[in-house]
Amino acid sequence: MPELIKAKEPFRFCTRLHLSELTGLRATTLGQLLVLIKEVPGSCIYHHTHRFLQQHQYLSPEPPNDFAYWVTDILGEDELGERLVSIDTMQYSTIRDLRDKIALTIEDCLRDSPFAKLKFARSGEEFHFMKSVSFILPTNYFVYDLEEFAKVLKKITIDSIYFHIFEARLRLEKSTNDFSYWIENSLGDKELADKISGFDPYTRTLEDLRNKIIQIVERRITD
Amino acid sequence: MAKIEEYIPLVGQAVIDDLRLLSERLKGKVIQHINSTPVGGGVAEILSRMVPLLRELGVDTKWDVIKGGEQFFGVTKKFHNSLHGRAEEITQRDFEIFMETSQQNIESVNAYGDIVFVHDPQPIALIKKKADNKWLWRCHIDVASPNEKVWGFLMDFIPRYDSAVFSAPAFSRRLPIRQFLIPPSIDPLSDKNKELPQETINFVLRKYNIKKDKPIVIQISRFDRLKDPVGVIEAYLQVKKYIDCQLILAGGSAEDDPEGFKVLEEVKERAKKDPDIHILLLPQNDIEVNALQRASDVIVQKSLKEGFGLTVSEALWKAKPVVASNVGGIPLQIKHKYSGLLCHSIEGASFAIKQLLSSPAYASKLGENGREHIKNNFLITRHLRDYMLLFLSLYHPEDIVNLC
Repeated sequence: MPELIKAKEPFRFCTRLHLSELTGLRATTLGQLLVLIKEVPGSCIYHHTHRFLQQHQYLSPEPPNDFAYWVTDILGEDELGERLVSIDTMQYSTIRDLRDKIALTIEDCLRDSPFAKLKFARSGEEFHFMKSVSFILPTNYFVYDLEEFAKVLKKITIDSIYFHIFEARLRLEKSTNDFSYWIENSLGDKELADKISGFDPYTRTLEDLRNKIIQIVERRITD
Repeated sequence: MAKIEEYIPLVGQAVIDDLRLLSERLKGKVIQHINSTPVGGGVAEILSRMVPLLRELGVDTKWDVIKGGEQFFGVTKKFHNSLHGRAEEITQRDFEIFMETSQQNIESVNAYGDIVFVHDPQPIALIKKKADNKWLWRCHIDVASPNEKVWGFLMDFIPRYDSAVFSAPAFSRRLPIRQFLIPPSIDPLSDKNKELPQETINFVLRKYNIKKDKPIVIQISRFDRLKDPVGVIEAYLQVKKYIDCQLILAGGSAEDDPEGFKVLEEVKERAKKDPDIHILLLPQNDIEVNALQRASDVIVQKSLKEGFGLTVSEALWKAKPVVASNVGGIPLQIKHKYSGLLCHSIEGASFAIKQLLSSPAYASKLGENGREHIKNNFLITRHLRDYMLLFLSLYHPEDIVNLC
């Protein structure tokens, strides 16, 4: 086994815990949904496109964002639901861009299918806008090389993995995920950094994601 | 009572480590919970588990209870029903009774907490004592379509709090203060939810003279109109035409619920012709509730309104198939046809019970999915985390709170 490179700066694992803040804003039609999507704080858009990642850690029939779920299951707009589900979140580096894409997708639907405007949710099935309030805390885990990194990855909470992969990139508007950034800049291993940033984390459960990253890192250690 | 370390085999070491990280941030703060009853009902039950665990985590937590006589609790019961949307005649005298008792409590309760955490409408007027400390109001009730007169009365107090907390998104409305979503939780190690030996289950069935010779359908809830016990009997009678089964309606009473005995009498009257309906007025005995749930084939929660409906989480934690109304916090716990069956009517409940009794493999799959969902989202460890985050949010108005 080759000797492991020690980083100049350790990787400090943080964790991200969140509270859901209610806004009291609700939509009963697609038109109202669109207006509110354009107006609500970015924390709302983030909440409704990322909540599922932490709440459903096992395979479930939930579609991966709340807008798609509501449009499909409550309004019966299957095609729009599919278009919303398929938005490639990885292509957007800010919440603003993601919001614009969601709004544009709904606008296209309203323009092309006039009947979509006429549908409304029954009482009790309205779309309720919420915000994610994130609390970022340092954990007691920090590592200097890939072996320690893989060991901590196995025991850290999925909240920590979530934070470094999803929240750091999109919500804190960093150019890549935290793991890849540290591996490239402190360990000088661009190839490994690219491998981790190169796959779409949105199509996996968080436990799958953990296992995938561990697998890539351990393979690199034994290379 | 279980220690925090005992949750590690269920939720993992890292979850408990996170709780400790959070509790360190609350050092030096005194959290004072205030509600209206020390026993009976969901609020007292949750507090009796959470307060000791928060203390063990190092969060200085106290729990005080307001005083109130029969008249006061009669009025607050009417408030409760009308906030749930039930037609109740609320008179000016009711508001006066509420304020008279509230005034006595304002004079006698010491609001010493750095954070005063008031639960439900009964103690809401204590906000008049607010000084420079932080105040939270926790609404455990389904206020999706409240009686506007009562809600308007409460709105004299709510905006004076720093934040409000609701159990389901549908309960929120536009408020001038921050409001958070925190569903309640169950304690997997409490007497009500822990694993039980088969002998204990058999012992409880013998005690209540219940034979396991027919499938058991059960609803465990206070005898309260909003839990619709008579509707459960109607649904059972429709099932009984096709499947020979038995029904248990079991529940206790809470100190702040004077209406319960009247409802119990109505239920007994409706059930008296069928020897397979067992009406059990349970003492506060959580092991017995646990045993009855574990002995059952289908667990029902046919509430007309529900603050949250913790009995659904309890049932799902035991991997039991559940039929429950699509109200309040229940749809947060059950995804229809995935982790249970939701219903909107007596006929719907009856059809769902028949389906589950006739298809044990389907019933078992729903129960297993339900247990997994509860494990991920509705255990007390998640609730402890949310409460500590809520306390921290009082000192951090931003959406991204960086404590690194």
